[in-house]
Amino acid sequence: MVNVIIEVSKYLMILLIAVYTYLNFSYFRYHGEQGQRRVCRRQNIAMFLMHFVAYLILYLKSEDERVVLFYLAQVVFLGAYIGLYQVFYRNLTRILVNNMCMLLCVGWIVMTRLSLDKALRQFMIVAVAALVTWILPFIMDRVWQLSRIAWVYGLLGLALLVAVWMVGNNSYGAQLSIRVGGFSLQPSEFVKISFVFFVATMFYRSVDFKSVAMTTLMAAAHVLVLVLSKDLGSALIFFVAYLSMLFVATSNWLYLLAGIFSGCGASVLAYGLFAHVRTRVAAWRNPWADIDNRGYQITQSLFAIGTGGWFGMGLFQGMPYKIPVVEKDFVFAAISEELGGIFAVCVLLICLGCFLQFMMIAARMQALFYKLIAFGLGMEYVIQVFLAVGGAIKFIPSTGVTLPFVSYGGSSVLSTFIMFGVVQGLYILKKNDEEDYEEREA
Amino acid sequence: MRKERPDPDANKSLLMATYLVVGLFVGMILYFGYFLQFRGETVINNSYNARLDRFADRIVRGELLSHDGRVLAKTEAGEGGAEKRIYPYGSLFAHGIGYSDHGKTGLEAFANFYLLTSHMNLAERTINELWGVKNIGDNVITTLDVDLQQAASDALGERRGAVVVMEPDTGKVLAMVSKPGFDPNTLGNDWDALIAGENTQAQLLNRVSQGLYPPGSTFKVIIALEYIRENPDTWQDFTFDCDGVYEQGEYTISCYHGNVHGHQNLEQAFANSCNGAFAALGLEMEPGGVHQLAEQLLFNRELPLPLAYSKGSFTMNEGADTWEILQTSIGQGNTQMTPIHNAMITAAIANGGVLMKPYLVERVENAAGEEVRRFLPEAYGSLMEAGEADILVGLMRRVVTEGTGSAVRTEAYEAAGKTGSAEFEAGKETHAWFTGFAPADDPQIVVTVVVEESGSGGQVAGPVARSIFDMYFSK
Repeated sequence: MVNVIIEVSKYLMILLIAVYTYLNFSYFRYHGEQGQRRVCRRQNIAMFLMHFVAYLILYLKSEDERVVLFYLAQVVFLGAYIGLYQVFYRNLTRILVNNMCMLLCVGWIVMTRLSLDKALRQFMIVAVAALVTWILPFIMDRVWQLSRIAWVYGLLGLALLVAVWMVGNNSYGAQLSIRVGGFSLQPSEFVKISFVFFVATMFYRSVDFKSVAMTTLMAAAHVLVLVLSKDLGSALIFFVAYLSMLFVATSNWLYLLAGIFSGCGASVLAYGLFAHVRTRVAAWRNPWADIDNRGYQITQSLFAIGTGGWFGMGLFQGMPYKIPVVEKDFVFAAISEELGGIFAVCVLLICLGCFLQFMMIAARMQALFYKLIAFGLGMEYVIQVFLAVGGAIKFIPSTGVTLPFVSYGGSSVLSTFIMFGVVQGLYILKKNDEEDYEEREA
Repeated sequence: MRKERPDPDANKSLLMATYLVVGLFVGMILYFGYFLQFRGETVINNSYNARLDRFADRIVRGELLSHDGRVLAKTEAGEGGAEKRIYPYGSLFAHGIGYSDHGKTGLEAFANFYLLTSHMNLAERTINELWGVKNIGDNVITTLDVDLQQAASDALGERRGAVVVMEPDTGKVLAMVSKPGFDPNTLGNDWDALIAGENTQAQLLNRVSQGLYPPGSTFKVIIALEYIRENPDTWQDFTFDCDGVYEQGEYTISCYHGNVHGHQNLEQAFANSCNGAFAALGLEMEPGGVHQLAEQLLFNRELPLPLAYSKGSFTMNEGADTWEILQTSIGQGNTQMTPIHNAMITAAIANGGVLMKPYLVERVENAAGEEVRRFLPEAYGSLMEAGEADILVGLMRRVVTEGTGSAVRTEAYEAAGKTGSAEFEAGKETHAWFTGFAPADDPQIVVTVVVEESGSGGQVAGPVARSIFDMYFSK
């Protein structure tokens, strides 16, 4: 009987996330509040059902009572987060909140399957991050001074990165984290945000040549320190985010072309100079040639994805634990193996949906400062998704970044919460503004 | 708060960036879909993929069959549902079929994925899956032929060695015998003895593809080819006077058992396997040229084989000293190759210079006998010009009609080949080689034989090849 439930549930979960994903994109069709609200409600139903089915299987397979308690805690959290956010902030974009919750759900499911202890730890971090970032929209609404302290963002961020480079812990060949009182922090996750604020502030003040030159210099310094720390994924994220922000702020093709050109040059240079870059590229081009060493991780990931196929092996039926660092950089492979390729594509589309929300909000912002923040954060988010997924499926060389909200890791989760919180804040700001305007008109 | 109108330019750039990202994601999703649909099966069918073993929890491993449908390996459910893999022919197919419960080797490894995949009726399969009943895995029809395998095994008898039989125009492997062997049915009991340190018999080794031997005089095929290449118009004018021992400075090269061949041209020297003549030939050529040709013929290279194999090795290069050249030219020295590698070179000669990739799986069928997948012959590439292959066919035919290959001289069919007697340790009998094909004008099978430590190729390996040819052409 358990077997029947497990087999049927596999397809049920795919159906539910497909429905959710469909609703996510159908949302763009509705302009009236009522229609949008209906879509979001349906999404919530699909999500809670999928969440229930997944944890039913997890419990049946693990027969661990803690899973039930854990499930209940998650339901309480999700219900409270979705409900209270609405009560507190009247004018929020619910679909962004829904997507956050859906991605968190997927992350918890995979993490519970891999290691209940890690999943519990991750849940704690999420709960704290949710609580802390709760007030972000409130702050965004009130503190216009945020746009006045450009160099605080810039220099503070750079100093943090340099600190990591100098004293950071080495993990998998890269300097990523520093230990602060028992916690391992990954500052680049937070500098990503301060960096966007820095660039937005600089360009908001002026986009004359001097300002652009100074900003570019600071951006280059960020990227350089990251490359020296061997954090290639972050370096790429900073670079692309900066270049696209520069283009949006100036609409100057010359800057864009110069940026792309120097980016290509720097890549070639980095390939020649750094052995770890060459290693990554070699492992991407032909992982089968060195399946025992450099190609091990990516080939295990491909085995997982290929064996899972479109419909997946079902929870606890695969071997995702065979992939090194599966809970972080290769979580996409674990999803694909056990929950199926279709499910994994849905996750990817939900991430893309988040990005589109970010872009819509950015487009509606009138102040360049806000526009650039929403745009910059959106770009950072989506590039990170691209690198994490592309690396796991061998679309591009692996750069060792996490899939935001889904992967294990405190810094990643907290910084993504901040990103989403800030953008949510911008949306609320805009809505409130419009309402004020309408009231005054009336 | 300051009010500004949205900058239309900024929004245009923003839209562009959005399109770009969406395009990138669409590309990635298409790639992902392509991988799942078309590449996945090939990728996961890999011995490094531990996940395949999990399939056995849901699928009853399929059968391996000979090309005419005789069962070579099957799974039977014993008492209490415990499954046992049965090999009806015992040790006969030990290396080609391999085994599946102490790791996997041979076809049990190569066809693992197919054996553990079921293509039965979808509805039936789904119902079975739901109720936790195992589905029946697909059957794999091999290219192996029971009669030829038996003939090869009988001809080799209790002697150590290897035999491989192939179709030169398709690459199908018809028989593959390696001795001493083992019985895969009793592997569980014999395992400790087989892998024990004091066991020097190496029964588990598939000598056909993993056994490295000095090629001895079979290497003269390659030396002759290089000489013909370097002297396309004058090679027929080559002559040599053999008095049994060839002296070059302080070095001497003797013919097998000191035979005196007398006045020889290249064709005669090849047919009689005159070591002196080939040592002299070797000194006339550039060692670098021979090296290049050897690598063209897949020495020091990966072989296109669906089996575990050892790479052939050829080390002579520019600047080699006289002794190394002399030794290498008669197939001694550091040169080493596997029987199947020799068979592949012979097959290319028999097939107008084109090597067909050797393969052992003909097709996959579901349990009801419906075809799931068929494997077609595939060319690896051209190892030599068709004209060169023709000349070599002529040379090899003369080995049979007037030279050392008399064992396969018969009215029934026209065989061609080359013998070899490879020294490997002073004071021991030579390894006996024969590699050849028949009929010479329209080759249908290639046979390569090695009998370890047994004497001359013509007298020991030739007769083994003879019984296989006889069996094949009597059908």
